[in-house]
Amino acid sequence: MAEAAPRGMTDWIASRARWRIGEIVFWLACLLPLLPAQYLPSFLQPFWIFDRYLQLLSQIAITALFAISLDLILGYAGVVSLGHAAFFGLGAYAAGLISKFWFTDPLLGLLCSALLAGALGYISSFVILRFHGLALIMITLGLGQLLAEAANSASWLTGGADALQGIRAGKIFGVFEFDIYGQTAYIYALVVTFLVFLVARRITNSPFGMSIRGIRDNSRRMLAIGAPNQQHLRRVFTIAAAMAGVAGALLTQTTQTCSLETLNFQRSADVLVILILGGVGRLYGAMAGAIIYMIARDIFSDVNPQYWYFWIGLLLIAVVRYMPDGLLGGLSFLGSKLRRS
Amino acid sequence: MNDAATVLSASGVNKSFGSLVVANNIEFNLPTGQRHALIGPNGAGKTTFINLLTGMLQPDSGAIRLAGEDITNTPPAVRVKRGLVRTFQINTLFPQLTPIEAVTMAVCERRGEATTWWRGLSHYHEAIAEADQILTSLRLDKVATRTTRELAYGQQRLLEIALALATKPKVLLLDEPAAGVPKDESEDLFEVIAGLSSDLSILFIEHDMDIVFRFASHIIVLVSGAILVQGPPAEIAANPLVREVYLGKGRHGHAHS
Repeated sequence: MAEAAPRGMTDWIASRARWRIGEIVFWLACLLPLLPAQYLPSFLQPFWIFDRYLQLLSQIAITALFAISLDLILGYAGVVSLGHAAFFGLGAYAAGLISKFWFTDPLLGLLCSALLAGALGYISSFVILRFHGLALIMITLGLGQLLAEAANSASWLTGGADALQGIRAGKIFGVFEFDIYGQTAYIYALVVTFLVFLVARRITNSPFGMSIRGIRDNSRRMLAIGAPNQQHLRRVFTIAAAMAGVAGALLTQTTQTCSLETLNFQRSADVLVILILGGVGRLYGAMAGAIIYMIARDIFSDVNPQYWYFWIGLLLIAVVRYMPDGLLGGLSFLGSKLRRS
Repeated sequence: MNDAATVLSASGVNKSFGSLVVANNIEFNLPTGQRHALIGPNGAGKTTFINLLTGMLQPDSGAIRLAGEDITNTPPAVRVKRGLVRTFQINTLFPQLTPIEAVTMAVCERRGEATTWWRGLSHYHEAIAEADQILTSLRLDKVATRTTRELAYGQQRLLEIALALATKPKVLLLDEPAAGVPKDESEDLFEVIAGLSSDLSILFIEHDMDIVFRFASHIIVLVSGAILVQGPPAEIAANPLVREVYLGKGRHGHAHS
């Protein structure tokens, strides 16, 4: 009898980490845009527009990856940052500069960018994580601005406002070349995003993931059970910074451009908006937010390039007012209501 | 009583905030396996004394010893690792975790497994089994997979204790474990506490005198940061000073400093 109970608890904890059907469907659906139109039933062909939007889709994947990295620190560990673009931008410039001066292998470039961004995350965490609330937001904002201005003034290296020139694109595994249709770029961005997502997912289901959620929920209690809060937070901050660096590097490699936009305040604010729209602390919220935000930007900026953010603002207010857990949180709430009734 | 079996002691502990004296030359000994109660009127410095013992506050002078070792300057987290653990008067829980997750996590913290991020929590069978056993011993097994914030208040009070037990304490400091719990339920709660391992030494703060006299082997009366008197329950009940300062003024609410 005493043996039976732990089995049940272990199963229950395992069930929380199990893959849901919806997740598998979602990731398989991400492969659909790669399907050439001629393989589809003829009546569907005129509507099959995805292959023309592969570049947008790559950017969505990269943005989702960036948002996932923010979700780890904001949604899971409760650390608010308004300067997360610092790590994205560092990764972006690192990938660009490495390809320009050193070697062009994309995967190695990705790895170097991740290590650099992670190193900056680790070093800055000693300062950042001493603060809470408003001070924390201001410190992260300051760090972001610091790096953006540094890149701006070091124009001999970064090209400053003219963006980085001379980025070279190598072949992935020495075989797959980045094509003009953006097919390789999309597959590359999708696969990397998926792999990093797997890591993030594993983290959230690990003992460490439980501990950072504990810090988010009640840091005082964590101290009272003897947890090394600062060490935990430094670790997750470093991991998240490295992931943001990967996202930045992906953007440089898939677009072969790298500008100050990768570092600016707007990008830090956007990724926060994306995460809040989609829902914090659920990983897929980052995806949902990225998809909605990027598509909305694409549509609205065509209609009205100057004022497209108006609609994002409206959407943000509506979501925060009526769905405090984001769009995905709202959906899962509706789902559980339907199931109960 | 003050022999080699003393597990936690305070000697000559003083603490003031400006001109307000909150701990006045406190001498305190907790023998292994005993259940001592700390009572006193509101603002007597009971919670402050717990904070001094756990290291959340530093005494101005005096020494605190745990199992014979001086821990006066030891950081709070290290004291927890050595077995000195507290609970809180106001629920200090993890609202979005379930009890089984929270207690398993606390067990993993103790076992040094909480830095592992590449392995799923469900692989930690021993930690889960231990958490399950703790929750069962506190009658929380039925609600172990519900989100903490959805638990009944009394169950949350028990979870307070469950989290502390997950650290495998030698000494448990319970700051009003039954605060806010209706009288009949608070007796159940103390039955559970009384049933904890007899190796565990407990100091608890409680306002309900019936409960104090029933569950404590020794009572310490704190008034204005100083120990007025201490002794076995019968002695305290008969003490005229206590009757005047504490019991004589009638019962009071649960809220205190």
